[in-house]
Amino acid sequence: MIEFTIDGVGVEAEEGTTILPVALENGFEIPHLCFHEEVSPYGACRLCLVEVERRGRRRLTASCTYPVLEGIQVFTDTEKVQRARRMIIELLLARCPDREALQELASQMGLEKPRFELRQEECILCGLCERVCREVVGANAISFFSRGYKKDVGPPFRDPKACIACGACVYVCPVDCIQMEETEEERTIVRWERALKMKKCTVCGRSFAPWYQVEYIKEKVKLPKDFLDVCPDCRG
Amino acid sequence: MVINPQKLFYQKVQVEDVPEILSETIEKGNVIDRLLYVNPVTGEKILHEDEVPFYKLQERIIFGSNGSIDPTSIEDYIAIGGYKALVKAIFDMSPEEIIDSVKRSGLRGRGGGGFPTGLKWESCRKAPGEPRYVICNADEGDPGAYMDRSLLEGNPHSVLEGMVIGAYAIGSNQGYVFVRKEYPLAVQNLRIALQQAEEYGLLGEDILGTDFDFSVKINRGGGAFVCGESSALMASLEGQPGEPRPKHIHTVISGLYDKPTNLNNVETWANVPVIIDKGDQWYAQLGTEGSKGTKIFSLVGKVNNTGLVEVPMGITLREIVYDIGGGIPGGKKFKAVQTGGPSGGCIPESLLDLPVDFDRLTEVGSMMGSGGMIVMDEGNCMVDVAKYFINFLRDESCGKCTSCREGTQRMYEILNDITEGRGKRGDVELLEELGWVVAEASLCALGGTAPNPVLSTIQYFRDEYEAHIEEKRCPAGVCKALIQYTIDPELCTACGRCRKACPSDAISGAKKVPHTIDQEKCIKCGMCVESCKFDAVKVQ
Repeated sequence: MIEFTIDGVGVEAEEGTTILPVALENGFEIPHLCFHEEVSPYGACRLCLVEVERRGRRRLTASCTYPVLEGIQVFTDTEKVQRARRMIIELLLARCPDREALQELASQMGLEKPRFELRQEECILCGLCERVCREVVGANAISFFSRGYKKDVGPPFRDPKACIACGACVYVCPVDCIQMEETEEERTIVRWERALKMKKCTVCGRSFAPWYQVEYIKEKVKLPKDFLDVCPDCRG
Repeated sequence: MVINPQKLFYQKVQVEDVPEILSETIEKGNVIDRLLYVNPVTGEKILHEDEVPFYKLQERIIFGSNGSIDPTSIEDYIAIGGYKALVKAIFDMSPEEIIDSVKRSGLRGRGGGGFPTGLKWESCRKAPGEPRYVICNADEGDPGAYMDRSLLEGNPHSVLEGMVIGAYAIGSNQGYVFVRKEYPLAVQNLRIALQQAEEYGLLGEDILGTDFDFSVKINRGGGAFVCGESSALMASLEGQPGEPRPKHIHTVISGLYDKPTNLNNVETWANVPVIIDKGDQWYAQLGTEGSKGTKIFSLVGKVNNTGLVEVPMGITLREIVYDIGGGIPGGKKFKAVQTGGPSGGCIPESLLDLPVDFDRLTEVGSMMGSGGMIVMDEGNCMVDVAKYFINFLRDESCGKCTSCREGTQRMYEILNDITEGRGKRGDVELLEELGWVVAEASLCALGGTAPNPVLSTIQYFRDEYEAHIEEKRCPAGVCKALIQYTIDPELCTACGRCRKACPSDAISGAKKVPHTIDQEKCIKCGMCVESCKFDAVKVQ
């Protein structure tokens, strides 16, 4: 176990973890957008910045990617941290002004209006959607493309054919910019323009999953052909 | 051309001069006066290359051989002493001794980071895990910098020899050269060099008959500046998108494929054979306490003698710009020298006596970088220069982290507004604040150094920013939205040259009638200024 301090308080954690999850577990509030415990840390949003002092040197760094090390001192709310955090939220809000999650974070920090011309993006490029699709679901249906301020995320060449409409990306998006719409006949992941026909249960007749998703799961888990013909409710 | 052994220097030689050179100089040993270089300042004729002011202060220990060898001939390289260092390293030195020698030499990375090379090699050798990799970073992305290109094109074996020595010292059997996409000739000459080295048993399996194997693969970049960053380069080599990762765990411990990886710049590798062959003590005589050896700079811009120059560390900027560079052309006044490319800053006249040294340059808000040195005169607008660099960086940002991606874009927008007359009071302070967060919060050194050109120009040329913002005036006469071209009627001879040169028909006038420019039609291309022989077109 590695022992270190956060804001003067002694904590311990297993080697190989990073500062942010340890801090959150120990009740320290560090704002974050691109971190989720189910996927690997990425370090993109820069909101989780803290000051870390090691061997007499202090630096501002993202706590989601900094490894826990013996004897480091972490400071989560210094003047420098506050100043940086405020500007990061200001930049994000100027990019995606109508995202509620960002507006809430901004008002918590006392920020009303960004000093920059507002863009009308919805996505903050945190990468959680593509990471969950790649690392957890394994469908690999979406990825980042282009570079810099033109960077975007979506299906390669705008062809969503690998997407199984599981909704994991919808669930994990911190700013709710991926919408899912569903009828008895069809489920659509709006942002990737992926519409899939729903499979109906052979017993109750209600739809319960997209047809393509069922095929994907059967293939991946090597299930018998008729296994998912019956919905979870009727399977008993 | 240089005639050896007398080192006679002839310039502007034409095909027609060859018979005379053969009969007079080669056969009889006579000097042909008209082919000699004339010093533009003193008027005296110069016989030998090393007396030409441009070459006199240089110390071309690294790329001096470029002129005497055919880069596609390993025999040429061996003839001038090539691969002697490799033989010495493998047969007379242990890996630890090689690393100690490089440490004692004081060699620091020439790619911009300036990290002590010997220490890097040592950390990599000590890192647990196999295999270990050795990489040559030939991405050379700084605009206007072509030092690495000249080494790879002109003397690829010097770089290769360094890599083999390094691989032997570190314990690596596989090396990569990551060359930027835009250097096809470098790739070509490198391929030939690899093949020849292998034929001679200097590369590949059982090098020089020992049981040491080392092979090198060439990878070409995809056209992204950010892939010069070591972790982004390694990601790109692995086939991943070229995005940097946090380097809390250094790449020497966990780099390419999470294995110990030693990455060095082309010029750094080229220094290694010289250090091993001539000895670290000899090498450490050159340079300053903190910066040993020489550095190749790409001296460009408003200077009389442009080109690649190799100078000992510790030489002053003034000596480079005036004694080697020959000063500013057209009698114009020096304004600033930009060092370190997009990661560096502008250094004003008051600091020209600064010695070229890693730490001294960083102290004043610039950096050595990979060696770009752009000289500017009164005709350069420092706000426009800042805009140029931030435009480059926001285009090349990988886009992963908020601070760099959004920050450089917003800094660009503000600078663009300023140069187009839409600057507002408070813009400079906002640029400083943005600069602070981009530098402090960004994940890699691209973002970490991106604000340097902006912040250094604000530091030393704040008055120009203020003129643009408060007076909507560009003192250097560069920012098109803020300048006007007008014709002085007292100087105009109505010759009509400008009227004919104008691409948008904005100039009217007739014989004996002073010409005038219609500001509505004028596109500020400047053709009229160039065509007027009477200096009658004014920029204000």
